[in-house]
Amino acid sequence: MFWYLLLLWGGISAVEVQRPRGVPLSKRPFYEENKPFTCLDGSRTIPFDRINDDYCDCQDGSDEPGTAACPNGNFHCTNAGFRPTFIPSSHVNDGICDCCDATDEYNSGAECQNTCRELWRKEKESMQKLAEIAKEGFLLKQQLIQEAKRGLEEKQTKLGEVQNSKKDLETNVEALRTAKEAAEQPEKEAKERHLKAWEEQNAAIRMEKDKVRMAEVFIELDADGDGFVSVAELLSHSEMDPDSSDGSFTEAEAQELLGGVDKVNTAAFETIWSKIREKYVSESNTDGPAPVETPQEEVREPVSDNDSEPYPDDDIPEEEDEDEDEDEDEDMDDGDYKSPPVTRTDEKKDDSEEGAMPPYDQETQNLIDAAQKARNEFEEAERALREVDDQIRNLEKEISFDFGPSSEFAYLYSQCYELTTGEYVYRLCPFNRVSQKPKYGGSETNLGTWGKWAGPEGNVYSVMKYEQGTGCWQGPNRSTTVKLTCGKETVVTSTSEPSRCEYLMEFTSPAVCQEAPDLEVSDIHEEL
Amino acid sequence: MVPVLVVWLALCLSGTWAVDRSNFKTCDQSSFCKRQRALKPGESPYRALLETMELTNTRLTLQLINDNNKVRLLLELYRLQGNMTRVKINELKPLKPRYEVPDVLVREPPTEPLSVLSQDENGVVLSLGVESQRVIVSAQPFRLDIVEGHNVLMSLNSRGLLAFEHLRMRKDTQAEPEAENKEEADTAHQAETTKEEEEKVEEGMWEETFKSHSDSKPNGPSAVSLDFSLPGVEHVYGIPEHADTLRLKTTDNGDPYRLYNLDVFQYELYNPMALYGAVPVMLAHNTQRTTGIFWLNAAETWVDISSNTAGKTVFGKMLDYVQGSSETPQTDVRWISESGIIDVFIMLGPTPKDIFSQYASLTGTQSFPPLSSLGYHQCRWNYNDQEDVRSVDAGFDEHDIPYDFIWLDIEHTDGKRYFTWDPHKFASPKDMLQGLKDKKRNMVAIVDPHIKVDSNYKIHNEIRSRGFYVKNKDGGDYEGWCWPGNAGYPDFTQPDMRAWWASMFSYDQYEGSMDNLYTWNDMNEPSVFNGPEVTMHKDAVHGSWEHRDVHNLYGLYVHRATMEGLIQRSGGVERPFVLTRAFFAGSQRYGAVWTGDNAAEWDHLKISIPMCLSLGLVGISFCGADVGGFFKSPSPELLVRWYQTGAYQPFFRAHAHLDTPRREPWLFGPENTALIREVIRQRYTFLPYWYQLFYHAYRTGEPVMRALWVEYPQDPATFAVDDEFLIGRDLLVHPVTEEGARGVTAFLPGKEEVWFDIHTFQKHNGAQNLYIPVTMSSIPVFQRGGSIIPRKLRVRRSSACMEHDPYTLFVALNTRRTAEGELYIDDGHTFNFDNKEFIHRRLFFSNNVLSSVNVAPEAQFTTKSWIERVVILGASKPRKVTLITAGKLKTAEAPVFRLDFDFDASVSVLTIRKPSMNAGEDWSMALQ
Repeated sequence: MFWYLLLLWGGISAVEVQRPRGVPLSKRPFYEENKPFTCLDGSRTIPFDRINDDYCDCQDGSDEPGTAACPNGNFHCTNAGFRPTFIPSSHVNDGICDCCDATDEYNSGAECQNTCRELWRKEKESMQKLAEIAKEGFLLKQQLIQEAKRGLEEKQTKLGEVQNSKKDLETNVEALRTAKEAAEQPEKEAKERHLKAWEEQNAAIRMEKDKVRMAEVFIELDADGDGFVSVAELLSHSEMDPDSSDGSFTEAEAQELLGGVDKVNTAAFETIWSKIREKYVSESNTDGPAPVETPQEEVREPVSDNDSEPYPDDDIPEEEDEDEDEDEDEDMDDGDYKSPPVTRTDEKKDDSEEGAMPPYDQETQNLIDAAQKARNEFEEAERALREVDDQIRNLEKEISFDFGPSSEFAYLYSQCYELTTGEYVYRLCPFNRVSQKPKYGGSETNLGTWGKWAGPEGNVYSVMKYEQGTGCWQGPNRSTTVKLTCGKETVVTSTSEPSRCEYLMEFTSPAVCQEAPDLEVSDIHEEL
Repeated sequence: MVPVLVVWLALCLSGTWAVDRSNFKTCDQSSFCKRQRALKPGESPYRALLETMELTNTRLTLQLINDNNKVRLLLELYRLQGNMTRVKINELKPLKPRYEVPDVLVREPPTEPLSVLSQDENGVVLSLGVESQRVIVSAQPFRLDIVEGHNVLMSLNSRGLLAFEHLRMRKDTQAEPEAENKEEADTAHQAETTKEEEEKVEEGMWEETFKSHSDSKPNGPSAVSLDFSLPGVEHVYGIPEHADTLRLKTTDNGDPYRLYNLDVFQYELYNPMALYGAVPVMLAHNTQRTTGIFWLNAAETWVDISSNTAGKTVFGKMLDYVQGSSETPQTDVRWISESGIIDVFIMLGPTPKDIFSQYASLTGTQSFPPLSSLGYHQCRWNYNDQEDVRSVDAGFDEHDIPYDFIWLDIEHTDGKRYFTWDPHKFASPKDMLQGLKDKKRNMVAIVDPHIKVDSNYKIHNEIRSRGFYVKNKDGGDYEGWCWPGNAGYPDFTQPDMRAWWASMFSYDQYEGSMDNLYTWNDMNEPSVFNGPEVTMHKDAVHGSWEHRDVHNLYGLYVHRATMEGLIQRSGGVERPFVLTRAFFAGSQRYGAVWTGDNAAEWDHLKISIPMCLSLGLVGISFCGADVGGFFKSPSPELLVRWYQTGAYQPFFRAHAHLDTPRREPWLFGPENTALIREVIRQRYTFLPYWYQLFYHAYRTGEPVMRALWVEYPQDPATFAVDDEFLIGRDLLVHPVTEEGARGVTAFLPGKEEVWFDIHTFQKHNGAQNLYIPVTMSSIPVFQRGGSIIPRKLRVRRSSACMEHDPYTLFVALNTRRTAEGELYIDDGHTFNFDNKEFIHRRLFFSNNVLSSVNVAPEAQFTTKSWIERVVILGASKPRKVTLITAGKLKTAEAPVFRLDFDFDASVSVLTIRKPSMNAGEDWSMALQ
């Protein structure tokens, strides 16, 4: 029949082994000339002339190794001079050169050149290059391993040392804590004594002042200078109306204020002084430009923290509470070490005339200084202990870090490598993070922090994964996959963003280099 | 950059995964729609002035008068060849010309003489020539009824909703809404109109605002509206593009269906909102007849549908029937457009296929695409650089998956300047294209119509200096924000602009382009990020017309100019391929469309079926949805199911948003890779059938992907089916579109039919609901008994690689043990088929003889392809099979070849081995 294709016997080299087109040498025994052929899956047996007759008889495609007739077949390119390979049957005679020996395009009109030797030459070159790199890289890797080993030992030694020193430090901290507490007790007592004395002194001063004022007020109130304050005289001071809300200060009320009598002398005034002390507004103040002048109505408003008046408004005390809390916080923060201590600001405001607390006496001051010294020493020791703890933690982390089977990646720890592209500077800090920064200003974006080794099984240390970087709008958090390949240098060779916010970085390092394979790559054959 | 960022953010942040409805107008927010919809059915104020009637050989004209305002209209009535009637209504004396849509009709439709059958003072009866069809023109109130015998097929203005806002001078020139005082002066000065009902100046007539956008409306109100009643009709279809069911719903309780090309961000499903394209064509169907209404108007249009049976339950209908009290079911539709004239083509069928040919005679047929474009398309926003393209291309070979096109979205350009390449990422586009060409593959690069305003950009400078930009209302170049930032919009309505644009695709102008580079027009609604409803201001100016008048045409013109560019660059030899997002009636002539920016959701997969079916009904066959879904990320299951569905839809392209993870077919594990590979390969085996169907679509206008009712018009069970579809008439596809499906129930239509599962060859009777258990590899597809489908089972890297491969004929026998089919072959990519360079054969099987005869003896083409196998489904075992081939048929001593065959009795499948005749020759094969 017209479309029947004659069997073409394969091989282009001098040493030919006859077999149907597209069959590898290893399978030649299954295709025995002029004997019925059994499909390789055993499904049926067909006459030999149906092999490569451009019609698919076997379900597994084994009867058409050299044509495109079967959808699931494979064509074997001998590729003399290069590496033999299988291509899908669909690539046979599709007008595209797939086999370097051009054997796949025997009936398509495609003009294919035999490129096997050229390919082999190129591949050999690049393999040689790679092998050289691998060789040198592998040597470097050995150094890295040694260094890592040394580094590890050093770190372990260091860790031991530090752990030992930690014990001393702990003891020291405990001792200093006791010393501090011992010094603080007398300090506290002395400060309290000092404070108490000062307060007593203040009270005496206040009382004295009050007496003076009482006398002044008596004289002011005693308008007629008869040595008595009378109901009438009292009435001129409406601010003393006990129930100010009704707006009228009656004689009865005034009388009650005076203790039920019409007038009082100086001595009797003393008993009512406490009742009117807070309300009384000096006449000289009412029209004088006194700085505290306020309309009478507003006097009631809380003007200072310790105003004895009950607050008319519920809200204000709350705010007040907060303020007080803050004040207390501040006091706690800075009160301890200040010498002399500052009294509460409100007291200070009220008793401004009394002035600041006098300096501590020498004895107290000595106690305070001693306590402060003990505190400082204790803190210093504590800080040192914390530092040692950090050091231990870091060392332990580094020691326990998975730096590869022989710790060959340890040298990357706490290093960073940069690559500058058209727009960005990419920065890889192995085992830490990956970031991207616009070349011409702008803030850095975190492309992921160290996640894990993520290479395929058997080659786990070929890929690093950095995860949970800055979030993407409506997308995932940025992440970066770092592919490691063998190289003499440790460099980032490329970056890309194959998918939005998923970055890919290529990174070379000697630590990935494998023992150089024996050259003369085994699966490339020169001849059949 | 700030404004664009704000707009972009506003667009993006508005609702996580749903359209922001507030960005788009409801009928109430579109003043003309609100105004017109406020009119309720009643007696029409229009009266036909019979004394003005003039009848010439080609048309009848008469004047209509609105008794309320005395404004006169001119009615033109044409009887068109092919059983169509054209009704045109315009103002008799408009203040200035009103827009009549050009360039959509392929020619001035040829007419046939009308004759007056009878006439009195109440009206005129005209004969439509065909059978007993007549048009009755009633004078008062004016209405038109098209009748056949005693049946009314369609009535116009029977509900009195004809409304024609005549052009008028603005009365409130100070823009004061209260201009009532001037009313008197106006009426006085118009002597004739003393009794005229006072024209109310309503809000929105002379200016309207939407959100922050103001429409200056210098021409004032200009809307047109008309109602159509369809007695006996319960099913209406068409008026795409809407993300809705195949069968249109009534709109009484919501907004009308809207036709206004818009870039809708994250569109919602199952509603009448406008989308990217608009085809103002509606089909009405019942068991007796199919009719069609083509409302030729390119302005914003709303379509109301109501039905007297809508809402009635099946029981209610049955009760009506039993009680004999049923009123005839009727569907009423009403069209409202913002400007232009009324120009309606009434297509009278009577069969669905008659409608397709009638509509095709008006607006043309689907362009015949290059064969390669029917293969698989791999797209994503974006393939990052040449290396990315190379590696994706290599991935297909590595996984032995065929594909024909890889696509580049906007990022391939130099700063969103179309016709350019990013100098770093795509530094040597020709090398890249050559690399693809070496594999017989192609590329599509995007070219959008918004042009970056940048004095260093050649395209911009040329358009500006030639005055080709659309103008704003003040006469300057209209500018809006789009991908490149500030952009101008070329005025594609101008023929010289289109010619210039086309010339930009020549190889010397479009640097880096080659003959395997094709084009994608996106954003051509046009999309204007900061415009009203994300599109152009209606008062922008195209020559002497407002954007308002031409809006829905803009995308068609962009598509057309681009397509013409691709044809011209090859000297008219090569067929173009251009994909568009916006479209209008007639867009089928220019290439493919897709359903825009869908989402990776199961419902979006489902809606792809009715959306493409609706487009097919109105002539646009080359339709597809983004496989996998554009927004969001599909689960592997959804992705596989989408490939399985998309492989059986006309335009088969995977696409994905920039922010989604990569999803090339091999990224979801070996099992899913195998599933996707299998279905893409299935697509390729059917390419001869797809190609032949597109050839038919090109010749006849029949849809490639078909609603079931098109082939089974008398079976009401098919009328609302939109979860399955036909490809041509011979393949029935019921894709799995449910998550976790264990089975699907497919309706197999046709009492007389048998259907063969294309995978198992199992035979099923028609007119049944068939439950089909499914696994992830299942794609329920059936071949109709009585058909012959040519396939190529040797799937290769790309369609071009399969050119010379042999065919397998799948012959599915019907109950009468006959079958027929076709085989169409040409070079696959040039226009030479127009010069009779093709093979077109009819294959038929009867009396146990399968033959191939030439149905185009005048055509000349040779092919290397041969017939490698014939598979007969539903066969019995013959004693022997013989073949007589070519030329030898005529000679007495024709050698007879005996052919080998296999018979599988379990499924009654006969496989005839290697008959080997050339696909182009005559032959005959006998089963004995």
